[in-house]
Amino acid sequence: MPREEGSKLSRRAWITTTSGVIAAGLVKTQSDAIRLVAQEAPSASSDPTRVPGRLVSGIGSRAPAEQPRRLLRAEALSSSSRTPLADLMGTITPADLHFERHHGGVPDITYGEHELLVHGMVDRPTVFRMSDLTRFPQVSRIQFLECSGNGGGVYNQDRMPTEVTVQALDGLLSTSEWTGVPVSTILREVGVRPGASWILAEGGDAAVMSRSVPLDKVMEDSLLAYGQNGERLRPEQGYPLRLFNPGYEGNTSVKWLRRIEVTDQPTHTRDETSKYTDPLGDGTVRQFSLMMDAKSVITFPSYPYVLPEQGWWEMRGLAWTGRGRIVRVEVSTNGGRSWVDAQLQGPILPKSTVRFRHLFEWNGSDTLLMSRATDETGYVQPTVQQLWEARGPRTSYHQNHQRAWKIARTGEVTFGLGELV
Amino acid sequence: MSPRRWCRSARRGGVTLGLAIVVGGCGGASEGGDVAIMAEGAAAGSGEALASHAPARFGFGASADEARVALWDIDVRPDGAGLPAGSGSVAQGRQVYTLYCVSCHGATGTEGPNDQLVNTEQWDAYPAGRAVGNYWPYATTLYDYIRKAMPQLTPGILTPDQVYGVIAYILWMNEIVPEDAVMDAQSLPAVVMPARDKFVVDDRVGGSGPIR
Repeated sequence: MPREEGSKLSRRAWITTTSGVIAAGLVKTQSDAIRLVAQEAPSASSDPTRVPGRLVSGIGSRAPAEQPRRLLRAEALSSSSRTPLADLMGTITPADLHFERHHGGVPDITYGEHELLVHGMVDRPTVFRMSDLTRFPQVSRIQFLECSGNGGGVYNQDRMPTEVTVQALDGLLSTSEWTGVPVSTILREVGVRPGASWILAEGGDAAVMSRSVPLDKVMEDSLLAYGQNGERLRPEQGYPLRLFNPGYEGNTSVKWLRRIEVTDQPTHTRDETSKYTDPLGDGTVRQFSLMMDAKSVITFPSYPYVLPEQGWWEMRGLAWTGRGRIVRVEVSTNGGRSWVDAQLQGPILPKSTVRFRHLFEWNGSDTLLMSRATDETGYVQPTVQQLWEARGPRTSYHQNHQRAWKIARTGEVTFGLGELV
Repeated sequence: MSPRRWCRSARRGGVTLGLAIVVGGCGGASEGGDVAIMAEGAAAGSGEALASHAPARFGFGASADEARVALWDIDVRPDGAGLPAGSGSVAQGRQVYTLYCVSCHGATGTEGPNDQLVNTEQWDAYPAGRAVGNYWPYATTLYDYIRKAMPQLTPGILTPDQVYGVIAYILWMNEIVPEDAVMDAQSLPAVVMPARDKFVVDDRVGGSGPIR
């Protein structure tokens, strides 16, 4: 049989190609020999059952053919990169694919030298080092982080795109298991004074990024996070320390955190006045719009996928809400004329993404796929028309409306919301 | 510390605001009940409450004296808190702007390539850009931001006089202050910005009511 012949051939080849180096004393161990075999084997076309595989290694890597990448907005100090949502499964974002948004580049900070100053309306102003912070009782939670600018490209009626990926549209969303110490534990340690109602969180980056956050929020469930998906934070996510405000717009989860000041008023920093505020079309501007309301996106099928044939397909996507748990995701295959409940993959965690799936039979006709999420408060992800009515046609941030993907008769999938507006 | 003692401590510390669930647990339920309620409040039942035998204080970290706090306490608020001594005029600010700002913001603060700084056109529905003159609600934010983040390639390089001066110049370009204006810790917070009263508190509440 071929296998027998092949084995003999392999062995002969091995002896032939390696005898010289063995004689030269270069092969001292079994691993040297295997490495030689691996080098000699014509790997691309060979049968992996007939050549030894690679050895154990200090750190793993993706299969060469699997190289998902973040999508860069621009190579600039203040820029962003987006998570390749269509390439991912389940809910956890690999840490090296977590979206980025920073305003002055990624700083290089030495773990052992980083300090967090907590002061203001507290009894005991204190400087904590990382060795102090990691010694406090620790918690871990799986929760999403989303930039409130996510999805801004699919709001303007006059500029509704078609050939756009879910990564480009909604890739400022990632989910991680975050580990750290609750802010409440640290504020208990320093003693918050009566009358306090806000904190100012400030980063140690070149932008000294600063945001005000209500004290009741950070006391409820915010973390000083130093871990992400089982390892220390990546530099792009705030190494060695970030604030993490579950369910709040991502910008408030200040990275490279070096200072918390307890105050009795917001500071009105640039990123809560000139930026991250939402004009409502009536001459007013919504400020401190911190909560990320319920939203869902279909990640498969989505542009530029082409369905190769009719038949059974599984629609897949993510749903999340800053207000707690997702309780329902409905999907439509006819542009919202009728809806059916999608299956939700448990466990459904609060302020985390939920994977939803729905099996559908594509009959080869024009099809418009949609999803809409409902959270535990009863809030239903709105249509874009509902947001236009509430905030006018040109608001910015928090555009969490329902999306749509169109399957053409050719099987080509494009962004389809333009069909409905 | 028991949950009950933590509740008392939190009240002493004045942090009961918004802790509806936790505070509710302080009302006299059994000790065990407090634990369950606190866990729910802290992180939805995931067992995150501090251990009942945790100490009142851990004592980790080092005390920060006034000098240490002052080293990093650089934010500035709308009421002027945090503004340092010093001053700068429109004329002085023009020099600062020409030296440090023009390359990114343009000769008149409108050319870019980075953010537009100048726009005197007021608006009813949506702003045409988010410049100082038509969108920024507080002049103090200019100090907070410029001191921390500008110039982009050499942040933190400007002296207080230079920051005050360049703010005076930017406000003058936006027709908010006269050409003889001088900015300092008293005059800057007194500047009333054109867009100040446009900003409203977020009224979204979730639930099944109207979309906001």
